[in-house]
Amino acid sequence: MEEGVVNEILQGPLRDVFDSKQLITDISGSGNNWAVGHKVFGSLYQEKILEKLRKSAEHCDCLQCFFIIHSMGGGTGSGLGTFLLKVLKDEFPEVYRFVTSIYPSGEDDVITSPYNSILAMKELNEHADCVLPIDNQSLFDIISKIDLMMNSGKLGAAIKPKSLVTSSTGVFKKRQEKPFDAMNNIVANLLLNLTSSARFEGSLNMDLNEIIMNLVPFPQLHYLVSSLTPLYTLADVNIPPRRLDQMFSDAFSKDHQLIRADPKHSLYLACALMVRGNVQISDLRRNIERLKPSLQFVSWNQEGWKTSLCSVPPVGHSHSLLALANNTCVKPTFIDLRERFIRLYKKKAHLHHYLQIEGMEESCFTEAVSSLSALIQEYNQLDATKSMPVEDLPRLNIAM
Amino acid sequence: MSIVTVQLGQCGNQIGFEVFDALFNDSHCPGGLCSKRENEAYQASCKERFFSEEENGVPVARAVLVDMERKVISQTLSKAARSGRWKYGQHSCFCQKQGSGNNWAYGYSVHGPRHKESIMNLIQKEVEKCDSLSGFFIIMSMAGGTGSGLGAFVTQNLQDQYSSALKMNHIIWPYGTGEVIVQNYNSILTLSHLYRSSDALLVHENDAVHKICAKLMNIKQISFCDINQVLAHQLGSVFQPTYSREGSFHYRRNPLGDLMENLVPHPEFKMLGVRNIPQMSENSLAYSTFTWAGLLKHLRQMLISNAKMEEGIDWQVRPPLSGLPPLGKMSVNKETHFNTSIANLVILRGKDVHSADVGHHRALKRVLCAEHLKIQLSILPG
Repeated sequence: MEEGVVNEILQGPLRDVFDSKQLITDISGSGNNWAVGHKVFGSLYQEKILEKLRKSAEHCDCLQCFFIIHSMGGGTGSGLGTFLLKVLKDEFPEVYRFVTSIYPSGEDDVITSPYNSILAMKELNEHADCVLPIDNQSLFDIISKIDLMMNSGKLGAAIKPKSLVTSSTGVFKKRQEKPFDAMNNIVANLLLNLTSSARFEGSLNMDLNEIIMNLVPFPQLHYLVSSLTPLYTLADVNIPPRRLDQMFSDAFSKDHQLIRADPKHSLYLACALMVRGNVQISDLRRNIERLKPSLQFVSWNQEGWKTSLCSVPPVGHSHSLLALANNTCVKPTFIDLRERFIRLYKKKAHLHHYLQIEGMEESCFTEAVSSLSALIQEYNQLDATKSMPVEDLPRLNIAM
Repeated sequence: MSIVTVQLGQCGNQIGFEVFDALFNDSHCPGGLCSKRENEAYQASCKERFFSEEENGVPVARAVLVDMERKVISQTLSKAARSGRWKYGQHSCFCQKQGSGNNWAYGYSVHGPRHKESIMNLIQKEVEKCDSLSGFFIIMSMAGGTGSGLGAFVTQNLQDQYSSALKMNHIIWPYGTGEVIVQNYNSILTLSHLYRSSDALLVHENDAVHKICAKLMNIKQISFCDINQVLAHQLGSVFQPTYSREGSFHYRRNPLGDLMENLVPHPEFKMLGVRNIPQMSENSLAYSTFTWAGLLKHLRQMLISNAKMEEGIDWQVRPPLSGLPPLGKMSVNKETHFNTSIANLVILRGKDVHSADVGHHRALKRVLCAEHLKIQLSILPG
């Protein structure tokens, strides 16, 4: 809802990729106010947005899903973004809505981000088919780790150029301030790997609708924790199987997750492994067997793995892995968010900016926070079953 | 008589390619134990079953390829064309763009009715090319969406439209540790529908074939291509021509009929499995010798101890003396449980096949023979 960022794209190297008729901008932005984004700009631009969407959809032979990429803490992304979800659901009910949301981390520069996030969460709960939460702090930690690796200059451990999951130019730059480009590159890679099996050939393909089908056991629980490995490739060309296995182990460690989460110590509802490159089914099987004992799966889905193999590796790597997990480790993020919201809300701080928008009332806030609480409760219930042994219910046996 | 193959889904198409490749290579491989006339008769019989002639002499597989997305089919078509020795018909494939999303219901209730006309037309065209139809061989997986759901739908339609033709479904049992999370739903739904509409279900388990690749073929990094090649080898040993009573230049004409007649004595029991011996890598073949007695002994023990391959066979399992298990007594150790078969078929292929003595093995009943190049021994327990 402001022109600066979009103009920058139009003048950058990718200007020909975007159709200039498919851009909508306004002047003043949303002022970090969810209500402005959702109620004001929503109603103002609904027709225009719908028209452009319909135009794009007409070009498609077969429309499968929408990707919505936004942040939760701001005004436009959060407010208008979630408004769009409802519109898409009404207008294109059979098309899946995949949302990549950037959650605010602890040290966030937007003071009202808890309000915006909680209000947006309610919409995500109800209208999104699948959400991939990501937070800036985790991305930043990953970048720092890469930087450390690059600068420590271990003997013989030179990193292959163009193999960083963050680099698009292959040039190593020293970064002082928050390196948003590199962080965004990680998210871009996430989306690339997600769609790789749909775009390239492989021996075990996986489409986007299969992701939702397999990883969302109940419509409410559609938050997937993602992790990308490897983050860089060493210049050593021979990758012995040990390195391949290391890639799998890393995918489950808490340092590689794109959100603050520790999946190993929480309960898995389902897990998907998307492998790209020169990895075969035996490697995949071996690693699943190896890692399974250290992971806890929910009692009704003990073998809950979805696997896919794509033959084409990403640029600069010989193989890569994207792990998507429906895991109760997203709970701490939500609980954190709720804490920060309650701290602000108790004092009614900054509330008047929202309430002065037509259509916003205090009930919006209370509804939003109770929807989040219900979600947290669902996860709590699942966690409670964590250490219980798998029940073998008496079942009708077929005589063999 | 000819067999029309229907390949469904990614699994079906990938396996189908390997099967046709194996069948073609087997019937055309040079040098061997038989005379030229015998070889030609064998080739002709194999061709009649699986390939039809094209104008420029390149055999075309009698197959219909179906998938709900393009990539696998185009890959399969190009791989076949690249070999230059056989290929798929240009117009024998049907694909869509959206996939089935691992959803059985999508395959069965949405794609099935929507595309019934087109798919059945393609099959009809293929059937019309045959002089006489033995039946259909439908290759599908159980865990996915297209293979399982659409496969069940197509089989049902084949039963309605071609009620006098036999249908054998080749189903792939997914890995136990999961390759698709909803595979159990998809598999149960598929099995329940197929049981009513198919005549025989030939089952191959991914786990078992994976072990064969690892232990017997000594492949370090097993890919789906390797697994499919082992599968194709086993299927080839079942479907390639076998001698008829008249002697070595005459082959039995009705492959599916033979299999059903011997293996499915009662319509309620239609699940079949294959055990094949010997299975080993090409390198080891040069250092091995075989005798019929040895092979038959191993195969029989594999059967009664329920082993899927010739390594790790439990030799402790013996048939109970009276021929019937004693009433009211369960065997304490599950592994020594004797595996009783409803029906068996042994197919022997190789040198001096008539000298093989199958008679004294109580567990092995009917025998079909063929003398050709590779030594293969297969048994299908019902």
